[in-house]
Amino acid sequence: MGESNSSFLELVGITKKFGDFVAVSEIDLAIREGEFFTLVGPSGSGKTTMIRMLVGMDQPTSGDIRLNGELLNGVPANKRPTCMVFQSLALFPHKSVGENIEFSMKIAGMDPARRRTRANELLQQLRLPLDYYYKGVNQCSGGERQRIALARALAFDPKILFFDEPLSSLDYRLRKTLEKELKDIHRETGKTFVYITHSLEEAMVMSDRIGIMRDGRIVQVGTPNEIYNHPRDKFVAQFMGEVNTIDVDDAGGHEVCSKADGVIYKVHRKPDGFKSGHLIIRPEIMKIGRVASKLPNKLKGVVFNDYALGSRVQYQVRAPNGVNWLVERLQDVPFDGKLNDTVDLGWRPEDSILVKD
Amino acid sequence: MSKLAGWLKNPGVLAAAPASIFLLVGFAGPLLMVLGYSFMPSKTFALNSVPTLENYLSVVSDSYYISFFWSLFLAALTVILLFPICYPIAYGMAKLFGKWANLVTAFVAIPLLISENIRLFGWVLVFLKGGILDGTLQSLLGVSASGLLYTVPAIVLGLVYVYLPFMLFPMVIGISMVPDSLKEAAFDLGASRWQVFREVELPLAMPGILIGAILTFILAMGSLAESKILGGQAVVMIADDIESAFTFAQNWPKGSVLSVMLIALSGLIVFVLFRRIDLDQIIGRR
Repeated sequence: MGESNSSFLELVGITKKFGDFVAVSEIDLAIREGEFFTLVGPSGSGKTTMIRMLVGMDQPTSGDIRLNGELLNGVPANKRPTCMVFQSLALFPHKSVGENIEFSMKIAGMDPARRRTRANELLQQLRLPLDYYYKGVNQCSGGERQRIALARALAFDPKILFFDEPLSSLDYRLRKTLEKELKDIHRETGKTFVYITHSLEEAMVMSDRIGIMRDGRIVQVGTPNEIYNHPRDKFVAQFMGEVNTIDVDDAGGHEVCSKADGVIYKVHRKPDGFKSGHLIIRPEIMKIGRVASKLPNKLKGVVFNDYALGSRVQYQVRAPNGVNWLVERLQDVPFDGKLNDTVDLGWRPEDSILVKD
Repeated sequence: MSKLAGWLKNPGVLAAAPASIFLLVGFAGPLLMVLGYSFMPSKTFALNSVPTLENYLSVVSDSYYISFFWSLFLAALTVILLFPICYPIAYGMAKLFGKWANLVTAFVAIPLLISENIRLFGWVLVFLKGGILDGTLQSLLGVSASGLLYTVPAIVLGLVYVYLPFMLFPMVIGISMVPDSLKEAAFDLGASRWQVFREVELPLAMPGILIGAILTFILAMGSLAESKILGGQAVVMIADDIESAFTFAQNWPKGSVLSVMLIALSGLIVFVLFRRIDLDQIIGRR
């Protein structure tokens, strides 16, 4: 993956305006050949506008899109060597599964026998029974329809395959299965995948690299690990899931001071020129119970509630100053605290994340 | 008895009752009477004679097939001409005009508030010798356009003009039922605009198009005013013959036979069309 480091799909200064509204603003981005790149953002962040420009359904107001160095601006979607799996899947309801998969090959004028062979290969690759060829697409289940949509896009043999959050309408378990399947298909085909979703969790599972979008801009690009361990700001950190956030001022050296109550916390490292910002501590990294009392950063609180999360248990702990803390422990880590018990909470300075305002 | 009482208390049955009774009295009843009269001896005005097939035999041996042909031909031609006329308007109303679509709807629908005959007489004034068209051309260019009225093209124009809304509105619904994402997907998979139209839009809009086409066809098959007002003696359509049989000729059985045959012919054509095009499959319920 990512053998060639030179950019495959390159965006330079892409801006899209709808009237006065700027949907996408001055985006520069380089996507490498063969990588699984995911754009993540909340609704309204501009990610759908982005993908529509990349596919050729919309044209940027300004800026260039290049594929392998060639300018793609102004090339309509049907002349681009790229293809998209739609959020609604957009399967043709009046055509059978086989006719759906063969659509692009029929358009390209491929002879029926070769089309059929290729369709069968794709059915097999996507773990669909071969006799589905004659089935109506509306008789297929949600997961099957996902696979048909993917097969139809792969049949086009695109240079880049785009995905407009196709998994968003599925239930949790099926989504988890298909996320992995999609990553496997990516491995098998070696194609460049560009995916958009509002779920960073989903992006983490599948992607080689992730770009985080907010208000029409890309705020951070990095591997899932980089995004998780070094979020650039509070938005990225909170986007990942539940986190404990404390607004702090610089207190010199390796210390920061809580704006709310003046408590001093130790940190490992500060961003350059740090004056004030947010101290972020993930629930899964905080310790609860006796182990916490030996850590450099610690506090006491009352257990208000507990939530079983399967392999972990999450606690809501109320500190005397009224702050609610979320702490998690693995099931096999011993802890005998009950509701309303006063417990120790703590974390190591190197496990917290300090970001500027 | 209690079963019947329970059935009568069913809210569905009660709600359907007014319409059912109205249809029974106003639609099924007269049709059955027409069917009954078609088996009565010629020129009788009661249903108590011994049923006979003589009317059917005489109608087949007469030259009524010419009227049937004209009705069929003109109705089919009307539908064929209306398709390319209505499709762009319907597409615009469904996808492009936005808030202006209501204005277009009003423009198309408002003429329906005026009697069809009066509107057709308006066309007579246009095409009349020395009328609006002829007179204008003569005074401006010195060209005559006097031979237009009382011709087959004038009838066709009248049919197309009168039945346009009946083709247009179902078509708008048909086209608006096609999701844009399906067309985008086809386009994205390499299809040209024409291929998107042929492979995706047209088949998916077909239910609306078909309903419009059938409505127009049936109405045009039974039309009378267009051929009489704009066609004069040029063509006798079957509805004209039916009217003559019931009125001038005072031969109800003959009029009934022609009516029954018209209904049967229209029904057969519609039935075959519906059978050949599987609506459920098009809508995607297969």
